[in-house]
Amino acid sequence: MSATIFGLLGAALVGIGLFGMLVRVSGVLRLLSFNVLGGGIFLVFGVVARRGAGAGLAGDPVPQALVLTGIVVAFAATTLAVALLLRLGRDGE
Amino acid sequence: MIADLLLAAAIAAVATGSVLARRAFTAVALFIAYGLLLSLAWVRLAAPDVAMTEAAIGAGLSGVLLLGAVRRLGPHADAPANLPPGLLLTALIGIGCAGVAAALGAAILWLPEPAPTLAPQVAAALPTTGLGNAVTGVLMSFRGLDTLLEAAVVVLAVIAVWSLAPDGGWGSAPGARQPVVGRGPLSLLARMLPPIGIVVAAHILWVGADAPGGKFQAAAILAAMWLLPWLAGLATPPRIAAPWLRMAVVAGPVLFIVVGLAGAAVEGAFLAYPPGWAKPLIKSIEVVLTASIAVALALLVMGPPEPDAPR
Amino acid sequence: MSLLANGFTIVAVLAGLVFFVAGTAGLLRFPDTSSRLHALTKADHLGLGLIVLGLLPQVGGVGEAARLLAIWALVMLSSAAVGPMIARLTRGQEGAE
Repeated sequence: MSATIFGLLGAALVGIGLFGMLVRVSGVLRLLSFNVLGGGIFLVFGVVARRGAGAGLAGDPVPQALVLTGIVVAFAATTLAVALLLRLGRDGE
Repeated sequence: MIADLLLAAAIAAVATGSVLARRAFTAVALFIAYGLLLSLAWVRLAAPDVAMTEAAIGAGLSGVLLLGAVRRLGPHADAPANLPPGLLLTALIGIGCAGVAAALGAAILWLPEPAPTLAPQVAAALPTTGLGNAVTGVLMSFRGLDTLLEAAVVVLAVIAVWSLAPDGGWGSAPGARQPVVGRGPLSLLARMLPPIGIVVAAHILWVGADAPGGKFQAAAILAAMWLLPWLAGLATPPRIAAPWLRMAVVAGPVLFIVVGLAGAAVEGAFLAYPPGWAKPLIKSIEVVLTASIAVALALLVMGPPEPDAPR
Repeated sequence: MSLLANGFTIVAVLAGLVFFVAGTAGLLRFPDTSSRLHALTKADHLGLGLIVLGLLPQVGGVGEAARLLAIWALVMLSSAAVGPMIARLTRGQEGAE
């Protein structure tokens, strides 16, 4: 039951993040919306992992490991985006 | 279940606030709260390793990075470069996004029963690695190639961020010059927390073999312990041309690749561990990889190098 | 004995909750930054402290109890450092006007 609630939350976050990415114009705000979108997608992974509990484990560890990797890679992409925004801001002056 | 509903409502509210905020600083503050609440959701989904990583990297390091970006962009962060879409277009986009969310929600509700899972196979194969934490076993042994590629992605991100240095900045110290905060609470924190943080990080790394934890969480804490004195102006980062810095960043992935190739020579498959050697090999890879990723994460948050200040 | 422990846990956690609610009410209703900081630090120190104290009878050993207390000490350290920083920043901004 809690897995379904968080799954629907993940779907809602995907919608919210997508809306923010398309509607906001400032670079930083778009980046934040992209991260919100990413968090929603990771939650959907987590729901699939939770439903895959069995054999003594509370959750399927493979999607959890994928989400771990995904969080780090999303952070690396965010740092690159911030560096690009800073450079654009500097050159735009 | 009521707690789950309240938590989900809080996360949705904070996310909406962050996406619709008027000022960039407000949006980033709400985003940090979103990350912390999201890690609570991960705990409810019985994924403590992911919860720790989300809190450390998703909320903590991302928050520091974005706050610094908002600060350095100044008025550019709020002022739009183009005009925002008009009312009709915004409504259409809203309807489209609601459709996407509804489709994903329908997919969630129609997930197959019984749920397909790899948990039995992982639980059966876990004793060969000598580890107790299934997620660490998946990360380091069963899907070790993913972790190797992820470490490579982090190194590539460092190279890409460095390549955005402005003219005259290549080779100098990363990040904007931080003013030295001689006395006061920030310098107290910057002096008191790093020893505690290093011990906590070492503990999380070590205990990650059998309990929730692991190298990414430990690397994030170590990176934060370097960033704190940097923010207080007490620790100048080394110049990016320094060879030891570059060695530190690539040492982890290189060791991982060497062990993988050795596994290919000895066992016949890339990243295969010889039986009985799995746990010591995994431990040594994890230690070096933690150090490398910690240095890389800190460098990523500091940003591209700035030219030395003109005399 | 366990009834006493559970009763102590419930009372202490509820008391901590009262401080958290008071701190949130102060954050939302107080007029300026300094008084809001005042409300927030009370929530951090007393509220979290009472909750940690309430959870101590429920832990499984000295190690876990030590970790809970360490968490409380770290939160107090960071909020004790951040409070004056924000206050100085606000005073500097108000002084500049």
